[in-house]
Amino acid sequence: MSDDLTIYLDNHATTRVDPRVLAAMLPYFSEHFGNAGSVVHAYGERAREAVADSRRAIAAAIGASPEEIVFTSGATESNNLAIRGVAERQRRRGDHLVSVATEHRAVLDPLARLGRRGYDVTLLDVAPHGRREAGLVDVEQFAAALRDDTVLASVMLANNEIGVVQPIAELAAACRAAGVLLHCDATQAVGKLPVDVQELGVDLMSFSAHKIYGPKGVGALYVRRTRPAVRLDAQISGGGQEHGLRSGTLNVPGIVGLAAAVSLCQLELSDEMSRQTKLRNRLWQRLSAGVAGVELCGPALDAVDAAGTPLRLPGNLDVAFGDVDGEALMLAMPDVAVSSGAACSSTDPAPSHVLLALGMTEDAARSTLRFGLGRFTTESDVEMAADAVIAAVAKLRGLAR
Amino acid sequence: MYNSRMLAPINLDHNATTPLLPEVAEAMRAAALDYPGNPASQHELGRRARRVLEDCRERIGELLGAQMGGMRADRVIFTSGGTESNNLALRGLLGPWVGGHHVATGPDAQLDLIVSAIEHPSIAAAADALAEQGARVARAPVDAKGQIQLAALPDLLARRPRLASLMLANNETGVLQPIAEAAALCGDAGVLIHTDAVQAVGKAPVNFAALGVDALTATAHKFHGPVGIGVLLVRSGVELAPQLAGGFQQAGARPGTETVALAAGMRTALDAWQQESAARTARLAALGQQLQTALLAELPDAIIVGAQAPRLPHTLCVACPGVDRQQLVISLDLAGVACSTGSACASGSSEPSPVLVAMGLPEAVISGAIRLSWGAATTPAEIAEAARRICLSVNQLRRQ
Repeated sequence: MSDDLTIYLDNHATTRVDPRVLAAMLPYFSEHFGNAGSVVHAYGERAREAVADSRRAIAAAIGASPEEIVFTSGATESNNLAIRGVAERQRRRGDHLVSVATEHRAVLDPLARLGRRGYDVTLLDVAPHGRREAGLVDVEQFAAALRDDTVLASVMLANNEIGVVQPIAELAAACRAAGVLLHCDATQAVGKLPVDVQELGVDLMSFSAHKIYGPKGVGALYVRRTRPAVRLDAQISGGGQEHGLRSGTLNVPGIVGLAAAVSLCQLELSDEMSRQTKLRNRLWQRLSAGVAGVELCGPALDAVDAAGTPLRLPGNLDVAFGDVDGEALMLAMPDVAVSSGAACSSTDPAPSHVLLALGMTEDAARSTLRFGLGRFTTESDVEMAADAVIAAVAKLRGLAR
Repeated sequence: MYNSRMLAPINLDHNATTPLLPEVAEAMRAAALDYPGNPASQHELGRRARRVLEDCRERIGELLGAQMGGMRADRVIFTSGGTESNNLALRGLLGPWVGGHHVATGPDAQLDLIVSAIEHPSIAAAADALAEQGARVARAPVDAKGQIQLAALPDLLARRPRLASLMLANNETGVLQPIAEAAALCGDAGVLIHTDAVQAVGKAPVNFAALGVDALTATAHKFHGPVGIGVLLVRSGVELAPQLAGGFQQAGARPGTETVALAAGMRTALDAWQQESAARTARLAALGQQLQTALLAELPDAIIVGAQAPRLPHTLCVACPGVDRQQLVISLDLAGVACSTGSACASGSSEPSPVLVAMGLPEAVISGAIRLSWGAATTPAEIAEAARRICLSVNQLRRQ
């Protein structure tokens, strides 16, 4: 990395490529460069083998079959393909879609666009700010929202801001009973939690490489092929790659990188989950002790479901600082890279729709910082980041006085 | 038969994909390590990634002849590659669809879309998909030389379509298309024109402004850049309906996390072309002349498809009457020469090439034609050896 002074705690936005992932990709930048669509010569053969191996590894990691993996350019495309693809194909069966107010834009925006085309979209609320299970979808409310004309529900596995882990298996059972397909945006969960499509019971699932120390520009959509086989319309037409569901020359180095990233996460999963949980808890301990009036956004750090599974992603912390503006706070500590609920991105000035959906005020949402811990986060990163935040808040509060 | 383990492999399938230039691989490796941030993030790591990304975008636009900066700046939209760019161009320029009819075409229109009869599957299949949804699509015919018939355009344009999509150079025959002339006709008729320039960029001069088109597709992996990134250039003032929804990246025209490493790779590959463009074109053309001469010397009845038309300097479509193309390609693979029977998407397909069929070529040519394509690093020695192996394979197959 070019700037070793920065403490990077924005791993929900993107992660740096793991050198081991990059090493797996490099041979496909040079000697193995063939087009995986070329079946008639050795260059294409090697590229196709690499794609097949990668597909097998990725499928095995999530409990799927290789033919159920469709490679895409990333999670945004995967979500669009799943939602629009199913809605368009199944419109004759019905045009009702169910989702949740706290989904990522890459789910909410395609739904909104379908809404403008005459589809009926229901967005469910979540448990409000202040509750131990803040951010969680209510299973009974969800089941009650499914109707005869509902064709698809879309619920994320882990939220990208508040880290809440939704009860997907229970939602899937409700969908199954109602004959509704369930899509799950697992972009923040794959590689960070145990994810198995059979145990979850989902019909479609999106994920991408750059959130798990792989390259940007590649992702996948899991599409169930048995019990039931999911039917959806392709959104990009052409050479008919990926069973016709996604045309375009396969990004071989990217696919190899996705497989390497998934495999590494799987290998280190349980160690990383407990390590990041500990670091995250330490960060919260420091901030809650060192800053007056801080509030945790999202589920309690020790909240668990009926099976004892934590309700929150291990590396996630989202904190409201009350009278301090999140963007000002970021500017006051330039060596700590985090993101703020004040704006989803550098080009969108609206406060976080996720925090607003929790019932927080605009001012409260604008006072938040999101910390995303990751594989490369160390104990000293956490201590230094806590020092920096505590000092920055004190400075800003001093100025305001 | 040859044993491929005994012969150095020769890649004459560069139209399927091209090897990365070493400096491109290095630029991507360095960018992946040096710019780990998300270009949409607000912090310094994000802003630094954003600056590099926008720098790449501007340079790529400039090198392709787009107007960058100022009040009338053209747009350079990053996509995942040529197929996505072509799909985005057709659907995005045709405009939003309401109840099976798109909004953009005027009430007097009898047609929505013109595509040529020789487009790549990423245009042809996208046009078919649109037709299934109710769009009225016409195919512009080509002549026996492999060129779109300009004379057929006025009648089609008089039916007031919204858009014409005509490729700049064909991926199977290499035949260059009269796009500047077509763009003038479209402009006069008030019809938007998009061109798929995927096979031309990095081999022949391509200038967005000089062509006079409204939109242009390019993809990096056809000119020694990485797979997984392409662009759609869109002229200033031309509306494009986004196809992906879900974020604010690229002003909403194409949401999704942008990838600095791939953009740096594309930019570096285009810079490399810029630095030697005239020399590379001349080198590729000389290799083509050498290959054609060597093949015709040994196989005087061989037919060069599109021989009467101006062609890309790196593509040769050749048919040996009496020799089946599938058998020849397999025999050449065993002999260590990689080539193809058509686009890589359709490779292995036994269907006749729609491109050659559209040209009205005789059955013997259609069933015998193979596509040979070379790249920036191909040497005269490789071409000489490839020609020798091709002639041997053809003669062997003819004796069988």
